[in-house]
Amino acid sequence: MNIDWWLLFEISLAGLGTGGLYALTALAFVMIYKATRVVNLAIGEMLMISAYIFFAFSAGMGLPIWLAIPGALLVSGVFGALVERTIIRPMLGESPISSFMVTVGLSSILVGLVELIWTADQQRLPEFLPSKPIQIGEAFVSPKIFYGFWVAVLLIALVLLVFRFWRGGVALRATASDQAAAYSMGINVPRVFSLAWAAAAVIAGVAGIVVGSIGGISSAMGVFGLSVLVVVIFGGLDSVLGALVGGIAVGLIEALTGFYLGGEYKILATFGLLLLILLLRPYGLFGTREIERL
Amino acid sequence: MQAGSGSPLLKVEDLTLTFGGVKALRGVGFSVKADSITSVIGPNGAGKTSVFNTISGFYRTSAGSIDFAGQSLEGLAPPKRAALGLARSFQNIALFRGMTVLDNIKLGRHCHLKTGPLQALFYTPAARREENELRREIEERIIDFLEIDHIRHAPVSALSYGLQKRVELARALAMKPKLLLLDEPVAGMNREETEDMARFILEVRREWGVTVLMVEHDMGMVMDLSDHVVVLNFGQVIADGTPAEVQANPEVIKAYLGSGNIEALRLRFQQAAQAARVGAQLR
Repeated sequence: MNIDWWLLFEISLAGLGTGGLYALTALAFVMIYKATRVVNLAIGEMLMISAYIFFAFSAGMGLPIWLAIPGALLVSGVFGALVERTIIRPMLGESPISSFMVTVGLSSILVGLVELIWTADQQRLPEFLPSKPIQIGEAFVSPKIFYGFWVAVLLIALVLLVFRFWRGGVALRATASDQAAAYSMGINVPRVFSLAWAAAAVIAGVAGIVVGSIGGISSAMGVFGLSVLVVVIFGGLDSVLGALVGGIAVGLIEALTGFYLGGEYKILATFGLLLLILLLRPYGLFGTREIERL
Repeated sequence: MQAGSGSPLLKVEDLTLTFGGVKALRGVGFSVKADSITSVIGPNGAGKTSVFNTISGFYRTSAGSIDFAGQSLEGLAPPKRAALGLARSFQNIALFRGMTVLDNIKLGRHCHLKTGPLQALFYTPAARREENELRREIEERIIDFLEIDHIRHAPVSALSYGLQKRVELARALAMKPKLLLLDEPVAGMNREETEDMARFILEVRREWGVTVLMVEHDMGMVMDLSDHVVVLNFGQVIADGTPAEVQANPEVIKAYLGSGNIEALRLRFQQAAQAARVGAQLR
């Protein structure tokens, strides 16, 4: 068989673009998991709600893009903190399954909310990314995916830097490691919780706006979160590095199988990967191995 | 050993704590003089750790008051109490795994730092000054003092038990405490490690002027180090005084000693503690 290398390159670039967005959303997921040990199944719906808020601000209220984006992200952040304060904090001390179920409920509520307000029909977000096709050698990349990728890379870098060098990041790591010790050392653990949820909501919000501007928005957009779930299980629930590597890997795998085998195999490949990783390394590639002490 | 003088740094009054129907503490009251080493002893389940957890703010009491440095701690969350100068170590080591010794110690200063996210990101002069000051003090004072220079970059999970306890002490010292709460600082240590720790505790008081309140089962150490001993049993204070007074107290002797001879007392104390530990395990 003759391999068209430029075509392979082109598909890989597209996969890389989606992978960047997966990595970004997975980062939000990991942040929540690290701080509060909550497996947030509503991450896809949080991403969706941000896209709709942006839609309301830009298309609905006619705000200019430069105002609509920060506005939507601000509202998303407040929303994230609110969710933490009202439905996650009361679950503190309950079994992990309970808080997991609460996020399942949250995702249903968000989908319902969107369908009530904006109906289940697909909508288009206003165009704000440059639309000139990008050419690298003989490969073409959709401009939205290209810029979306760089937005993801920049935001990931920013988040990593801030959490590496700001003591808030250290507080997050300390809280993840031992809540009681962190609390008694002057780390305001409840605030770390709120902050993690707010930051994650903003990060997911950026991903939502980009994903929405690439493929349009609908109440089914939260399906994106399913692939993200595969990403974090692949990389390890509490591993930032895992989120990045996993995001790129799943993005590439989906793009390649989607092109060479057909779109219907995309999900098969993703979840085949999930099955494989659960069998071989249940705590993910880079995740912390939980040791159960009795 | 001179008794600590001056006004009480910590005053606990009429502390009552219940878990459902269980009364963990019933009207516990004692005070810790500034610049003293005070120990809380008693069989397992007597409420020693409960006292610690109420002082550091983890448990909410149903009655009673805690005054620290002339201020009521009522309604203050643990971080606020930490900022006031209350530091603690834990019975089971509670270091941040996956971080190095140095990072763990630096985290102790968290509540006193001011650098914001943007300052940290651009590493502004203010952030740099704060970081350098922190680093200098930790390296020169804490790490040298506790003789942990050789392991400063080691991940804490790779250290021996005794060294981990020492790092926990270092982290607590980085909090610039006025009062240091030590929950069983030498539990599970061998003789040499225990002696080292005892020396550090004495020096913390002498060189750093930090008041120490500790829970400990090692009666030899408690009697040697303490200026003041509080004996708890079934959530109540049954004796309170100097080590000699406590050892001679008929109430304490009746409760779990049964002898007046000092050396025999120590032995019995240790046996009682041991038995309590075994009993707790069986339960």
